[in-house]
Amino acid sequence: MDLKTWTYIIVGLSFALYIGIAIWSKAKSTSEFYVAGGNVSPLANGMATAADWMSAASFISMAGLIAFGGYGGSVFLMGWTGGYVLLALMLAPYMRKYGKFTVPEFIGERFYSRTARIVAVICLIIVSVTYVIGQMKGVGVAFSRFLETDYNTGLYIGMAIVFFYAVLGGMKGITFTQIAQYVVLIFAYTVPAMFISLKLTGNPIPQLGLGGSVADGTPLLEKLDKVIQDLGFGQYTTAVNGSKLNMFVYTMTLMIGTAGLPHVIIRFFTVPKVSDARLSAGWALVFIAILYTTAPAVAAMARLNLTETIQSGTVGEPIGNLQYEKRPQWFKNWEKTGLLKFEDKNGDGRIQYYNDQDNAFTTKAAEYGWAGSEMTTVDKDIIVLANPEIANLPDWVIALVVAGGLAAALSTAAGLLLAISSAISHDLLKGIFRPDISEKQELNASRFAMVGAIAVAGYFGLNPPDFAAGTVAIAFGLAASSIFPVLMMGIFSKKMNRQGAVAGMITGMSVTLLYVFQHKGILFISSTSFLGNMEPNWFLGITPNAFGAIGALVNFAVAFAISKTAPEAPQEVQDLVESIRVPSKD
Amino acid sequence: MAIQSNLQNRRQAYWRANIRILTILLSIWFIVSFGCGILFVDQLNQIKLGGFKLGFWMAQQGSIYAFVVLIFVYVRVMNKLDQKFNFDEKNN
Repeated sequence: MDLKTWTYIIVGLSFALYIGIAIWSKAKSTSEFYVAGGNVSPLANGMATAADWMSAASFISMAGLIAFGGYGGSVFLMGWTGGYVLLALMLAPYMRKYGKFTVPEFIGERFYSRTARIVAVICLIIVSVTYVIGQMKGVGVAFSRFLETDYNTGLYIGMAIVFFYAVLGGMKGITFTQIAQYVVLIFAYTVPAMFISLKLTGNPIPQLGLGGSVADGTPLLEKLDKVIQDLGFGQYTTAVNGSKLNMFVYTMTLMIGTAGLPHVIIRFFTVPKVSDARLSAGWALVFIAILYTTAPAVAAMARLNLTETIQSGTVGEPIGNLQYEKRPQWFKNWEKTGLLKFEDKNGDGRIQYYNDQDNAFTTKAAEYGWAGSEMTTVDKDIIVLANPEIANLPDWVIALVVAGGLAAALSTAAGLLLAISSAISHDLLKGIFRPDISEKQELNASRFAMVGAIAVAGYFGLNPPDFAAGTVAIAFGLAASSIFPVLMMGIFSKKMNRQGAVAGMITGMSVTLLYVFQHKGILFISSTSFLGNMEPNWFLGITPNAFGAIGALVNFAVAFAISKTAPEAPQEVQDLVESIRVPSKD
Repeated sequence: MAIQSNLQNRRQAYWRANIRILTILLSIWFIVSFGCGILFVDQLNQIKLGGFKLGFWMAQQGSIYAFVVLIFVYVRVMNKLDQKFNFDEKNN
C-alpha cells in the first residue's frame, strides 16, 4: 500500500471518529453550546484544552523554530507553557466562579460598561480571526501535500468537518472531538520521535535521548554544537534569539499572551467547580508538556540528521559533502514540494550547506572552493513532516503524522470559531443589541454565527492575505497587551474603574498594533512599513513579535493614571469581585 | 469604621493567604524560567547534567517540568485553604 492510500485511510478514520462524536453530542441549550453544560471533568477538559491550544504551529512549526534557533528557540518552549501557570493561578478559578459564558461578558460586567464589552469583542475577533486563518491554511496545505487534492478542496473538506461537530454540538461537540484529536496528535508526534531517539542515541525516550550520546560516544548536543559550528552557524546550545533582553521580553509576551487568549480561557467555563478549574489547568499543562518536552529532541536530532546527511565527512574535503545525485529519497520527495531547494553554485555536483551570512566563515568557505550555501531553501516545517521519512519509518507512521497535523489544526480552529461565534451571538446580539431574544433564538443565532465564522475563516483560508505570516505577532501581541491586563485588573483590583480599563485596553492595543505595523507595514502591506523591519530601528532591539509585553506595561500604566480621574468602581462591582475571589457560593 | 461581618473577615483573610501563595509560586515560576533559562543561563551552562548543559536544559525542558509541579502544588495548597476557611464547594 503506498503512502497516499495509507494517508487516506488514517485521515479518513480520524475524520469518521470526529463525525461520530459530533452526532452523539448535539447541543440542546445555550449552556451546552457555550460551555458544554458545565459538566466536563478536569482530566477531560485538560486534554481538550491541550488540543485546543496546540495548533498547527505547535505541531508542525515549533520544532523547526527550535531546530534552527537552538537555545534561542527556548522562548517558544517557555513562553507557550509558562502561560499555563498564569492561567491556573490567576485566571481560571476566578473566571469559573464568575461562571457565565464569555470573556467579553466578564469584562463588560466587571467594568460596568458596554464600551468595555465592545472593545473586548473587537480584540477577541481580531485575535481569533488572525489565528484561525493560519489553521485553515495548515489544513489546506496538509491536504494538498499529502493527499494530493488541491489546496481549495482540502480547505472545503476541513471546513465541512468542523461545521459538522461545531455547529451541531457547540462546545460540547468541540470538547469531545478535541479529546480524540489530542490522542491522534500526541501519538503522531511522539511515535516518530521515539524511533529517531532510539536510533540516534539508543534511548527511546526523546526527553532523555536528547541528553544521551550518539554512536561514537559523544554527547548528542556536543556533537550538534560542533557539527554546525564547523559550518559557520552559531553554537546550538547557546545561540541567542536577538538579544537576552529580546528573549526576556519575547518569553514574557508569549506567556501573558497565552493567558490572554479567549479561546483558551473559555475552556475553563466548562468544568463543574472552581477547584476543578485549577486542576484542569494542571492536566492541560501535563498533556501539553508531553509534546513540548519532546519537541527539543525532535529539533536537535533532525538538525543533526539533516546536517550530517549533507555534510557526511570532513568540512573542506570535497568528498565530505554529499553528491547531489546520491541524495536520499526523502530529499527528492521534499524537493518536489518546494520546501527544500538546491542550487549548485560552484558546479561541483556536491551540496554545500553552511552559514554564508557569517563574514568570518565565508573567507574559509572560499578557501574550500565553496561559493555560497547551496541549500537555498530549507523550510522549517520539514523538520517535523520529513522526520519519519529521514528515519526510514513505515508509511503508516508518516500518514499518522499527517492525521496529527490535521487534528492539531482542526481542534484549534474549532475552539477559535466557538470563541468568535459566542462573542457575536452572546456578547453583541444578546448582550448589547437584542437583549430580549429568547434562549432558543440565541441558540439559533449562535449556530448561524458559527456558520458565518466558518465561512469567513474559509474565505481567508482560500485567499490568504499577506499578513498571514504576521499573525503570531498580532494575536499574541493583542492578547498580551489588551486582554490579559484588563482581566488581571478586573480580578486583582476591586477599585479599577471603567475609565481606566477602557483607556488601558485601547492604548495597549494601539501601541502594540502601531509597533507591529510600523515595522511590518500597515495591515502588513510592506510598502507602508515606514520604519522597515530592520533591527536597528527596533525599540531596545525588541522584535515586533515580542512587543506585546511592552504594550501590557503601557496598558497598566495608562489604566492606573486614567482611573485616578474618575470615581472608583461602584459597590455592586466591588462585591462582584469579592464573590469571584472565593470558590463557594455563599 | 464599620463592623465587618464574619464572612467579610473570612474573605479578607482567605484572600490575603491566597496572595501570599501566589507570590511564592510566581516567584518560583519567574526564577525557573526567566532566571535559570535566560538571565543566569550562561552561569548555569557551566554545570553538566548528563549530556546537557544545565542552563540549556532548564530553558528547554526543566522549566516546563517545574511549571507542571507548580500548578499541582497550587491545586493542593488551595484545596486545603478552601477547606480551612470554609469556602470549599461541598454543596455545589
